[in-house]
Amino acid sequence: MIDQLVHLLGYSFVQNMLVAGVLVAVVAGLVSRFVVARSMSFAVHALAEVGFTGSVGFLLLGLSPVLGLLTGSMVTALVIGGMGLRIRERDSVVGLVMAFGLGLGVLFLSLYNRYATEAIALLFGAITSVSSGDLVLLVVVAIVTIAGLGIMYRPLTFATVDPVVAEARGVPVRLISILFLLLLAAAVAEAVQVVGVLLILTLLITPGATAERLTAHPGQATLVSVVIALLATEGGIVLALMTSEPVSFFVTTIAFFCYVSARLVEPVTDRLRAARGQ
Amino acid sequence: MNADDNRHAPAPAHAPAPAHAPAPAAADNRAPDEEPAMCFDRATLAYGDRVVWSELSMTVPQGEFLAVLGPNGSGKTSLLRALLGLTPLAGGALDVLGKPPRRGNPDIGYVPQHAGFDRDVPLRGRDLVGLGVNGHRWGFGRLSRADKMRVETALDDVQARRYADAPIGRLSGGEQQRLRIAQALVGNPRLLLCDEPLASLDMRYQQEITELIGDWSRQRRGTVVFVTHDVNPVLSYASRVVFVVDGRWAAGRTDDVLTTETMSGLYQAPVEVLRVKGRIVVVGEASGAGLDLDEPHHFPAPTGGHGAHVDRGGHA
Ligand SMILES: Nc1ncnc2c1ncn2[C@@H]1O[C@H](COP(=O)(O)OP(=O)(O)O)[C@@H](O)[C@H]1O
Ligand SMILES: [Mg+2]
Repeated sequence: MIDQLVHLLGYSFVQNMLVAGVLVAVVAGLVSRFVVARSMSFAVHALAEVGFTGSVGFLLLGLSPVLGLLTGSMVTALVIGGMGLRIRERDSVVGLVMAFGLGLGVLFLSLYNRYATEAIALLFGAITSVSSGDLVLLVVVAIVTIAGLGIMYRPLTFATVDPVVAEARGVPVRLISILFLLLLAAAVAEAVQVVGVLLILTLLITPGATAERLTAHPGQATLVSVVIALLATEGGIVLALMTSEPVSFFVTTIAFFCYVSARLVEPVTDRLRAARGQ
Repeated sequence: MNADDNRHAPAPAHAPAPAHAPAPAAADNRAPDEEPAMCFDRATLAYGDRVVWSELSMTVPQGEFLAVLGPNGSGKTSLLRALLGLTPLAGGALDVLGKPPRRGNPDIGYVPQHAGFDRDVPLRGRDLVGLGVNGHRWGFGRLSRADKMRVETALDDVQARRYADAPIGRLSGGEQQRLRIAQALVGNPRLLLCDEPLASLDMRYQQEITELIGDWSRQRRGTVVFVTHDVNPVLSYASRVVFVVDGRWAAGRTDDVLTTETMSGLYQAPVEVLRVKGRIVVVGEASGAGLDLDEPHHFPAPTGGHGAHVDRGGHA
């Protein structure tokens, strides 16, 4: 198995895949902190599923599925952002947009039934099948997303943990919500390449949720989240290369293992904290 | 317009000023031509057709401690939102420190109505205060050395150093409230707005928080707007009061507003204001029971009822 891995690592497409994996993981690790803090897992699902519709739609037209995914999730982000951002309202808006979008996807799929494997790849992830042109697109989107998050990191944090005071201090809370939805859409399009539409939450929830369990220090939590996303993504790709089993299986397993471990050590860190009188 | 006047509680009979004018300020140490901390001029606040309060006029000089009183839903939070520039007035004018209100004014510190932090929110007290320094600025938001010093000083000022590194959601309500105050004061504001900072605190914490805010005001000559259900905990600090009931209001010096005449006018029902052992108790005749100001919603409803009826007065 090791031999097989070493052999494969010599191929440039494998190297590209690992590099793309790093970028996807950094994006997912950063974004998942805010997905968890803003309770947006449902929105993540909607962005991914309507992204799937966009992807199949683009395949039908003979265009890039990665671009289709990005288009689908971006449009969904704008629709959700435009229709309602208050929590109660958001929940139902997300649900009905998702249902409509996926309904369209079903139609596209039935029109496109000849190449079902490509659709399956989208659902369960197959970074191995991404074309080199799309890989470039993924890298560009990842860099733009990371830069965007860097620019709005502080006010996004403020608006997330303390929205009332943030608004009073002049943070454009509504604009930030919409910008974050757009970044989230990009992050979804990235992560789908690795784990697929159906397993998207493994990269966009688990790292952030795990980090929250380990530390209350926001900077450290972000770092931990990125590290976990990296571990799951790169570990998943390497294990898949070694065994020829699906990447997404390994990614979800590693991520889940991280979360369970964090839950197990949480009582210990709590006790340490109590001992230090905090 | 005249019909409208008696919807507001008139200023106390012995005050020489007309109904809407603020009670004359007693001689104090303020500079003669300093702009007032806030000046409401026939200000009306409404959400769509729902008029919350109308034609409010009051001027509060800097360095004063204004207690904002009134039952739930009377528009106390809305008053703070108007000062913050978050809710525009439907009519009239408002100046804050000599200028129209604007969002993000760094001269204003804000302690919001307490909702309590989620147990698991990954945030320490120190981080909350840090957000008060630069949370509104774009970028990654690393605090400079000087900024970190300001955070430490603010934590010390509210004696919160000890638990500044604990997850904020695990702290008690009083501890969270201290951190909120540090967050509001870290930017060195001239005006501090506090929305029911005593709610859900026990007596000891109520006193501590009140002293913290009152002493800040006295030491820095900062102006405080303090929303509270019960005026008693702040009696020794509150130099002024604005009392809002069903769109009507009464404003002025504490002793002038909390009188039997003014309160009866405000509630449009006979009530009596008693001073018992240093506390103020308002007794409503309708029920015959002694009612504390901390439960003003137990007051007899003014004749004519709530909401729509009073709105009409506001629109007149
Ligand atoms: N954003 C809003 N839109 C519509 N009505 C509002 C809004 N905010 C407050 N209100 C209404 O205005 C009235 C005053 O609210 P508020 O200022 O919160 O009162 P208080 O703080 O005294 O309890 C209430 O009847 C409330 O329902
Ligand atoms: Mg309120």
